[in-house]
Amino acid sequence: METTITVKKTFPHGVHPPEAKEETHHLKIRRFPFAPVMILPLSQHTGKPSKAMVREGQEVARGQKIAEADGFVSVALHAPASGIIKRIALAPNPVGRMTPSIYLQPFPASSQEVLEGTPIDPDTASPDEIVKAIQDAGIVGLGGAAFPTHVKLKIPEGKFVDTLIINGVECEPYLTTDHRVMLEQKDDIFMGIRYLMKVTGAQRTIIGIEANKLDAAQELSAAIPAGMPVSVEVFKVKYPQGAEKMLIKALLDREVPSGGLPVDVHTVVVNVATAAEIGRLLPHGRGIMERVITITGPGVAKKGNYWIPIGTPVRYVLEQAGAKDNISLVFLGGPMMGQAVSNLDFPFTKGTSGLVVFTEAETNSKPQKIYPCIHCAYCVDACPMFLNPSQMGILAKKERYEEMAEQYNLFDCFECGACSYVCPSHIPLVQYFRVAKGILREKKAAS
Amino acid sequence: MNLTQKTLEIRTSPHILSGMSTDTIMRNVVYALLPVAAFAVYAFGLAAALVISVSTISTVLTEHVLCRLTKKESTIGDWSAAITGLLYGLTLPPGLPLWMVFCGGVIAIALGKFMFGGLGYNPFNPALVGRAVMQAAFPVAITTWHPAFTTDRFYNLPDSTLTLPFMAPVFKAVTTATPLAQMKFDHKIADSYDLAMGFVSGSTGETCAVLILLGGAYLAWRKMMNWRIPAAIFLTVIVLSEFFHYLKPEIYPDSLFMLLSGGLMLGAVFMATDMVASPMTSRGVMIYGALIGILVVVIRLWGGLPEGVMYAILIANAASPHIDRLVQPRVYGTGGVKRKT
Repeated sequence: METTITVKKTFPHGVHPPEAKEETHHLKIRRFPFAPVMILPLSQHTGKPSKAMVREGQEVARGQKIAEADGFVSVALHAPASGIIKRIALAPNPVGRMTPSIYLQPFPASSQEVLEGTPIDPDTASPDEIVKAIQDAGIVGLGGAAFPTHVKLKIPEGKFVDTLIINGVECEPYLTTDHRVMLEQKDDIFMGIRYLMKVTGAQRTIIGIEANKLDAAQELSAAIPAGMPVSVEVFKVKYPQGAEKMLIKALLDREVPSGGLPVDVHTVVVNVATAAEIGRLLPHGRGIMERVITITGPGVAKKGNYWIPIGTPVRYVLEQAGAKDNISLVFLGGPMMGQAVSNLDFPFTKGTSGLVVFTEAETNSKPQKIYPCIHCAYCVDACPMFLNPSQMGILAKKERYEEMAEQYNLFDCFECGACSYVCPSHIPLVQYFRVAKGILREKKAAS
Repeated sequence: MNLTQKTLEIRTSPHILSGMSTDTIMRNVVYALLPVAAFAVYAFGLAAALVISVSTISTVLTEHVLCRLTKKESTIGDWSAAITGLLYGLTLPPGLPLWMVFCGGVIAIALGKFMFGGLGYNPFNPALVGRAVMQAAFPVAITTWHPAFTTDRFYNLPDSTLTLPFMAPVFKAVTTATPLAQMKFDHKIADSYDLAMGFVSGSTGETCAVLILLGGAYLAWRKMMNWRIPAAIFLTVIVLSEFFHYLKPEIYPDSLFMLLSGGLMLGAVFMATDMVASPMTSRGVMIYGALIGILVVVIRLWGGLPEGVMYAILIANAASPHIDRLVQPRVYGTGGVKRKT
């Protein structure tokens, strides 16, 4: 069934990086083999690390809970494969620190059948039960932030939600996971929306999608279950539209107050893959064991979208994906906000949405000379938060960090990288801001 | 492949860049100025060619030498010194002695740019700083104009051009008045078509409005120039001059003459738009442009000088950091939040 789709407006400012999605957006999600050893950091989410529930040498079944949430802003962790716990020790983690992690060795000959839990019925379960079930399923925001999903679903006393927004924007170049999820997991998404609407009390749901995924928008709007108050809205392609604040601005023309949360403007934003995961796991009482990622970039031969078990090391993925000899830069996530891999033993965690591999051709093409700021205002016109990156960059160089925070709203910057992307003088603006924030936080902690 | 032997690069996001580069922007400004310079040579002949060449050589050379003297890597590769030289040369009368041209170029870079810290730190447009110093130092030489399209322009130089250094020039040949001076002192208004096409006298590069606008349109299309600045200047000049023209048409010229005469086109399109010395926000550049427009009209109509574009831009340059401070963009999520009740 063909549905006519009107392309909605978009948020003001932002940038248009090359999309680079055409190599993988048509490729169906395939399974990825189990690595010989998986590394499961206890902290794959924002908040308190999970508490390990297993001992070294213990045998676990696929889907078995191996770590539990420690407090409210924390989630559970499940075994991605049936196997044996080799050890629990510090391991390198993409966030930069060594973090306590569980090393799991899958049984090569196991049937890898998934352990079932207690099903949660979206109609009979209470909102609090669903919040608890989402926490127990170990679900975090799969868009990249890895913030525990149940935390934002717990609506604070005195606040209400009128609109649930499902984020299918996927504005990062190269990544096509949400695109494939929307095409291949429609039933899971709508099941997830049922849970989410129940929890938040939202009267309607809007699925926001960018115009470069019209097929997904059409298929999803055609598949909306009868009677469900869900609509699909399509935006013009622009980065960083997938950021919560930009998405809310574009869809509802509301602005999340500085320092506030989407619930302050009566909405909750959930990534589409997260919604699908909720819809898939909760009816079976399962936990999250794998996620969809895009493996792409000029440095790999077998580009595609894959179900990848959580904890698979980057090295194993590169080997399986056919990394070329001249690779020089590997990063987790998209090219705008993704993190460069400094250690191939990093595992894939719940928040990793992609692996992009660049070769020397992309990184060495031209050494980027840094010029002084010429006040061209490209960054001012790019910043989706309407900050003044140029001025903040100048202040950062002079180490006037307090001024950046007090007069130029430094802490409203969410590090989308649009300013650095457009800067013709190649000033690493967003890195300056990360450093400035870090120093200010340290100063605050010290005082 | 052997992944254990691999050295990977570590860098911070974003891992891709737009590809726009400061030297690319500057180089394109030079490209946009080339047709204007070519027309200058066509209109004023050998003299204009020499003035523009000497001005460009003087600025680039000064930048290079100053970098060497301060033991820094030479910055002439960013093309900004070339822009300054070209622009400065295009604002000069074609018969200006070459030694004066050279001095002004040295001053433009040394005083207008290098002293403040080089590219990105100049509070004023360096070309105009050089021009302003010349105006103060050699008020006669810099306001003595030669007619355009003389028959012998490609093989004869005005006597003044090759004046010995530090000697006062003698203007023997026929000199003429610019349309603005004619308007101001003789109340004669030049034909608009001649003004637009550049068939009048004036500084080397300011006469052909059409080519200047084409160059500006190219830069605006490449997003290398903020079109709002010339737009705001033109709009202000049109509104103000039409108002006064309506009041006293016999004294005050109409807006078309105001737009096309003198250095307004060149100044509005290529000088006021100097990124370093103009404000950054959209509202800021509107105020900045309006300020220039007002100053140009005020100086032209009531000032002692026939032309006011240079001082108008320099004053607005000085105001630009303050304008920026006043009109910072409203940060998302601060104030004016729309809430549904």
